[in-house]
Amino acid sequence: MAEAHPVGFQWVMEAKARGAQIIHVDPRFTRTSAVADSHVPIRPGTDIAFLGGLINYVLENERDFREYVVAYTNAPMLVREDFVDAGDDDGLFSGWDPETRSYDTSTWQYEGAEVAAASGNRDDWSRVADPQETQRVAHLLGQSEGAGSGGATFSGEPHRDDTLQHPRCVYQVLRRHFARYTPEMVSRVCGMSPGQFRQVAEAICANSGRERTTMWIYSVGWTQHTVGVQYIRAASILQGLLGNIGRPGGGIMALRGHATIQGSTDIPTLYDLLPGYIPMPNAHKEMHLAEYLAADSATKGFWGNMPAYVVSLLKAWFGDAATRENDFGFEWMPRISGDHSTFTTVLNMIDGQCEGYFVLGENPAVGTTNSKQQRQGLAALKWLVVRDLQEIETATFWKNGPEIETGELRTEDIDTEVFLLPAATHVEKAGSFTNTQRLLQWRHKAVEPPGDCRSDLWFVWELGRRIRARLADSGLTRDAAIKNLTWDYPTEGPHGDPDAHAILKEISGVDEHGDPVPGYTALKDDGSTSCGCWIYSGVYADGVNQAARRVPAGGESPAALEWGWAWPMNRRVLYNRASADPEGRPWSERKAYVWWDEDQQRWTGHDVPDFEADKPPSYRPPEGAEAQDAIGGDEPFIMQADGRVWLYVPTGLADGPMPVHYEPEEAPTRNALHPKTRSNPARERFERPDNLYNPSDHQPGSEVFPYAFTTFRIAEHHTAGGMSRWTPYLAELAPEMFVEVSPALAAERGLEHTGWATIVTARSAIEARVVVTARMKPLRIAGETIHQVGLPWHWGPNGLVTGDAANEIIGISLDPNVHIMDTKTGTCDVVAGRRPRGPALLSFVDGYRQRAGLTDVTG
Amino acid sequence: MSLPRRAADLVRSWPLFRQLTGPDPLGRGAAVESNSADEWHARTTEADSVTRSVCPFCAVGCGQKIYAKGGRVTHIEGDPDSPISRGRLCPRGSSSLSLVTSPSRITKVRYRRPGGTDWEDLDLDTAMDMIADRVVDTRSRTWQDTDDEGRVLNRTLGLAHLGGATLDNEENYLLKKLYTALGAVQVENQARI
Repeated sequence: MAEAHPVGFQWVMEAKARGAQIIHVDPRFTRTSAVADSHVPIRPGTDIAFLGGLINYVLENERDFREYVVAYTNAPMLVREDFVDAGDDDGLFSGWDPETRSYDTSTWQYEGAEVAAASGNRDDWSRVADPQETQRVAHLLGQSEGAGSGGATFSGEPHRDDTLQHPRCVYQVLRRHFARYTPEMVSRVCGMSPGQFRQVAEAICANSGRERTTMWIYSVGWTQHTVGVQYIRAASILQGLLGNIGRPGGGIMALRGHATIQGSTDIPTLYDLLPGYIPMPNAHKEMHLAEYLAADSATKGFWGNMPAYVVSLLKAWFGDAATRENDFGFEWMPRISGDHSTFTTVLNMIDGQCEGYFVLGENPAVGTTNSKQQRQGLAALKWLVVRDLQEIETATFWKNGPEIETGELRTEDIDTEVFLLPAATHVEKAGSFTNTQRLLQWRHKAVEPPGDCRSDLWFVWELGRRIRARLADSGLTRDAAIKNLTWDYPTEGPHGDPDAHAILKEISGVDEHGDPVPGYTALKDDGSTSCGCWIYSGVYADGVNQAARRVPAGGESPAALEWGWAWPMNRRVLYNRASADPEGRPWSERKAYVWWDEDQQRWTGHDVPDFEADKPPSYRPPEGAEAQDAIGGDEPFIMQADGRVWLYVPTGLADGPMPVHYEPEEAPTRNALHPKTRSNPARERFERPDNLYNPSDHQPGSEVFPYAFTTFRIAEHHTAGGMSRWTPYLAELAPEMFVEVSPALAAERGLEHTGWATIVTARSAIEARVVVTARMKPLRIAGETIHQVGLPWHWGPNGLVTGDAANEIIGISLDPNVHIMDTKTGTCDVVAGRRPRGPALLSFVDGYRQRAGLTDVTG
Repeated sequence: MSLPRRAADLVRSWPLFRQLTGPDPLGRGAAVESNSADEWHARTTEADSVTRSVCPFCAVGCGQKIYAKGGRVTHIEGDPDSPISRGRLCPRGSSSLSLVTSPSRITKVRYRRPGGTDWEDLDLDTAMDMIADRVVDTRSRTWQDTDDEGRVLNRTLGLAHLGGATLDNEENYLLKKLYTALGAVQVENQARI
């Protein structure tokens, strides 16, 4: 955190100064470790074993926050009789189908309740010819994204046992499941000592409960794995058991890497979502708005209002053309039918299916895993539009990409037409970023962009205008959506930029008179309101750009409520009703945050209550109540269909209702917990010649790639370097790609500090300057010494400073829930000296493949 | 100014004189400051405008103040009012001025024709027309009404988009809106990566 989010880290130091204990769990000793109270080393890819050990420690010693657990989590719910926990040997839950490598999740559900299988594809799949294929498709559709924000629906009342004694209650299911994660097992898998593990476990238990809270902070070190979603699930279970959710100083904090990567998830330039985590409709023979909404909207909780959110979105997009008679234009929406994520899309380019590509402010030619595959995709396109500040590698692959040097591609033979359009910087346009804490902050425009530089807002609006002009006279059904799109915006400035305020107002929503709505609770499903993103509704309340508020220090409130605007409804801590007990009283004076004021009959406190302000703790839903009316006054988790923290996930995940430790795709060791299943069995693999996997774990050929690698970032560069390799100060601070190795490995491989090393995998080989440092420690795993190397990934062939990109050597293997790739673990070989140049590089890598006996299905 | 008066000013500005006669007899402060620094002042003082902004690098969202003069950015520093950053910027945030005023920044459209070996110039308006033509053409040739089993698709897989985490919310919103209306579903950004 001190490296990648330095200014945010000041608050960690502030907490430390006030007495907080800082524990840094990381494979490497970094600038963060240097100022933490303790550094706990961990083997990359083993965090589920570590977190599972902590969960086991809490459960075995009954250190959970029992009142919170009984009242606010699903610990009392009973799981069905036919559910079978992951076996000791195979690590597989009930419902596994080895042929399709996917789960039938019906046995995972609560007793007494019917939970819908997956968001977006809950209607009748039995009509489809091949049910196995259906199961696999349903699996690939990423069950968690649509449902994961709390939208999983179920009907009926789950049976429960508030004494937590029933053998099938979630609490007891968890106890049995995590019993195998003993301190000794954690030590064996993760590499830290049992004593060190116990110290951490004791520290977090002692620092949780009524009087204290513990916070977990993570970044892509937890998400870029084939089991990334289950990492976060494991942390959620732990924090739920300890009562650390919805309370000040608690939570699981994602430190995200780009200025508005949170915003681009909320208002998603993502294939499977519509704004506000509404799932994209899936392909069906017949599906009208009513069926889509019936399949997807929860009956209990705020997702029960999904019809209002969807209809308001359609009204924002299609305006007067969206009427009740035409389903508000729902039939114009495109449908998804599988994984259309960026990795699959690039494979479609290589295979000739996809011919046009817009790349805006991203640099996949060096920034995406298996970057050679990315460039092969670019080279197969008919046309490519790149918008950026500099001549990034994605725009110049045709003249100086690594494949030109190796002779695999000739510039003259690449038929891709490339448009490189200069973009405006953050100071040359007005607009909002959403930071990692869901806070929208407005940027005012300081100067006009130079030359042909334009904002992306100008670009997309102008492109839309020109396309609409070309299709204006079309009578084709497929052009109805683009013709009916609301696309008139006021303009400003010398270049005629659309007014970003007008767009923010559309996102926030208006009523039938065109007046801004106060928030999402004002949205209607009858077409009388429009709203571009329901979770952002209210950011333009009262006709005021709430994101532009800049009261110094955010005003009087400790939550800084008058600085920017946090979704939803300016609430800074989500589910903050959980900071009070079921009766609405703070759990302790020390941790008082939001509470029920009996005199005023309202929720009040230091934050905007994430709860209906006037719903008393004593409220009990009447029979047949729906949406928020079905949430009791003592159920803080208002987006969940049962109002509770899910310690166990009855629906919505593709790879199990509870986390299981699996080894990475390429592991240096066997799975000590489940010897018959090495890696996440449901992970998404791409068995192709351009994505070979190293043989793992003592399989024939694994000795060719004997070392483990992990990747990391440094303070001086930003992601793939597009915003840092061209700036002189940063370039000078960190001028060259390097690899961190231990003194022992340096001795074993004859590597010299500041000399060169070549790192090789089945994909390719890269070179880097050697940094010999005791901060990289060899691990003792199952009696063997395993060397690790660390690779930053900020370089590429262009810019003031150049170097090989780490992404050249990483293969694609994805988490099955969200299709995010594993970049944090892998195996490799390391040899002294620079890598071969030109065609010799190919034969060098090919030599490794042959020695490892690699085919496209190895691994 | 008369010669004697100028000489007197010179003597008065002599550090030793200032030390002996002024409030700084130990010569640890104002008395020993160089006179040549009188000409110097911060870029911030001569700016035409100061604009409130947000750092474009990571997702912490530190406040920035953008100083500009004559339509050019002259200085960027942390915003002390921000409860997030309290005026601080990290090495990347501090490099923002270099980012926006970089001499290697592209300011003209670059065009590479199929099989071409170098960039060519292209008028922005022409480029926008050509891109709109490509979209319309690709979309019409790759349109899918239904799949083999008759399921409604109503889309194209012929074109794709990548990027969003470095753009603005309003930009992402219009992109998603336009692509969805065009039936383009392969829309992705760094959040997947």
